[in-house]
Amino acid sequence: MPIRRRSDILPSEITPREIYLNRRQIIAGAAGLALASGLPATARAGSLATVKSPFSTDEKPTSLQDVTSYNNYYEFGVDKGAPAAHAHTLRTSPWTVKVDGLVARPAEFSVEDLIKGSTLEERIYRMRCVEGWSMVVPWDGFPLADLIKRVEPLGSAKYVAFETAYRPEEMPGLQSMFPVLEWPYVEGLRLDEAMHPLTILAVGLYGERLPNQNGAPIRLVVPWKYGFKGIKSIARISFVEKQPETSWNRQAPDEYGFYANVNPNVDHPRWSQKTERRIGEGGLFVKRRPTLLFNGYAEEVAQLYSGMDLRKFY
Amino acid sequence: MDARSPKAAPRTAPAAARVPMIALYAVGLAPAAWLFYQGVNDNLGADPMRYLEQSLGLWALRFLVATLAVTPLRQLAGINLLRYRRLLGLLCFYYAALHWTTYLVLDQGLDLEAIWADLVKRPYITIGMATFLVLVPLAATSSNAAIRRLGGKAWARLHRLVYAAAIGAVLHFLLVVKSWPPEPLVYAAIVLALLGYRLGRSVLRRLAPKPEPRRRAA
Repeated sequence: MPIRRRSDILPSEITPREIYLNRRQIIAGAAGLALASGLPATARAGSLATVKSPFSTDEKPTSLQDVTSYNNYYEFGVDKGAPAAHAHTLRTSPWTVKVDGLVARPAEFSVEDLIKGSTLEERIYRMRCVEGWSMVVPWDGFPLADLIKRVEPLGSAKYVAFETAYRPEEMPGLQSMFPVLEWPYVEGLRLDEAMHPLTILAVGLYGERLPNQNGAPIRLVVPWKYGFKGIKSIARISFVEKQPETSWNRQAPDEYGFYANVNPNVDHPRWSQKTERRIGEGGLFVKRRPTLLFNGYAEEVAQLYSGMDLRKFY
Repeated sequence: MDARSPKAAPRTAPAAARVPMIALYAVGLAPAAWLFYQGVNDNLGADPMRYLEQSLGLWALRFLVATLAVTPLRQLAGINLLRYRRLLGLLCFYYAALHWTTYLVLDQGLDLEAIWADLVKRPYITIGMATFLVLVPLAATSSNAAIRRLGGKAWARLHRLVYAAAIGAVLHFLLVVKSWPPEPLVYAAIVLALLGYRLGRSVLRRLAPKPEPRRRAA
């Protein structure tokens, strides 16, 4: 074996600065995430036991760093980076979800009980924000239908209303002089939308418990609707007869409808919905991609809206 | 600004007057250079295009506010920055031009159809575009030669368009965000105060009787 002379190592063979810096960034990001979640790093290392789901897309998931550092969660501030910076103040354990209204068996579930009561699935879903950007997120959760069956809704129940936690002392956005929304955040689904197998309650992300900024400990994910329908940190689920109020619809009814289905043919007054920017696809020069009807889930969900004018019920 | 006699005694601090203008332009454009550098190295977060676009727009607004602050500062606080007003105004224009280019090229990929749809359908784009167009003649007539050619009065009248640009800029900011977050409201309040000051002053002047020749305080 020839002895390498010093000059054998070309400068090009040395790990480029960007790459090792990048590695450090990933490690730092993971550590920051562990801290942000309020759990010791060792606890986060334990992953959730999940099974794969046929509903998952095979599109490339957006990096954990981007999914956990760029999102809207106005309870912690209006900047995209604010949730990651501030959400560590939310105490997510213990946590209970109150389920009430038109059900035979109203109950208060601990998140742990909900996790144990269902098989957790990995659901890799496209996520489309109403602001014109998108991601691919590997959620871990269970069908909302599992929970609905446990509480046995009455025949009179037509809608499901959701309410997030309201904790001003732990949510700096609620202390703001200019409240950006009426708190607590509320959302709603029609019962058949809520029962749809694509609709899940997520408790994890990338195989680990949800980071606070992504809606820990439990949040709604409805992949064919704009991201804002996916209410975070759920505290209460009520079964009701009339269409419930939703926060963004209350704020600006001409901009945000109750349904909020992803639809390239129905523009938002401020954002064309024809195209979207996929986060993490190539720095400054990321090209827009066409937005798909129902975010690409039309085959599964279009029949829920047959006969409805989607321009009117947007 | 520089239309006045060059022989007028400089009222700015002598030390500040010695800093060459080109250095101040370099300082003013440093945020843009830094943003581009960070953008090319993918350090602008998850949505770098949007971050760049918004930051450039915000810097344009900041320089616009600074330009508008020159006169009240002189009249109320006795701080004379008139010498730097052209610099501040042009920096505003450069940032607005970069913001506009980012929207056209990086955001919309020069898709003329999409840009046109935005322009006719979305008031914040319409207003933003109009605001930028208003700034163009102001930047084009910023040289001493242009001031001479137009004549001081006509030049000053033309440059009152900056008030329209300021209103357009804050409206553009208010309309682009969801809900009522504090930042655009704060900028709107500052612009309102700066324009309100001018309006109030001109109304008072019109109402007040011609000032008597100033007498010494008794």
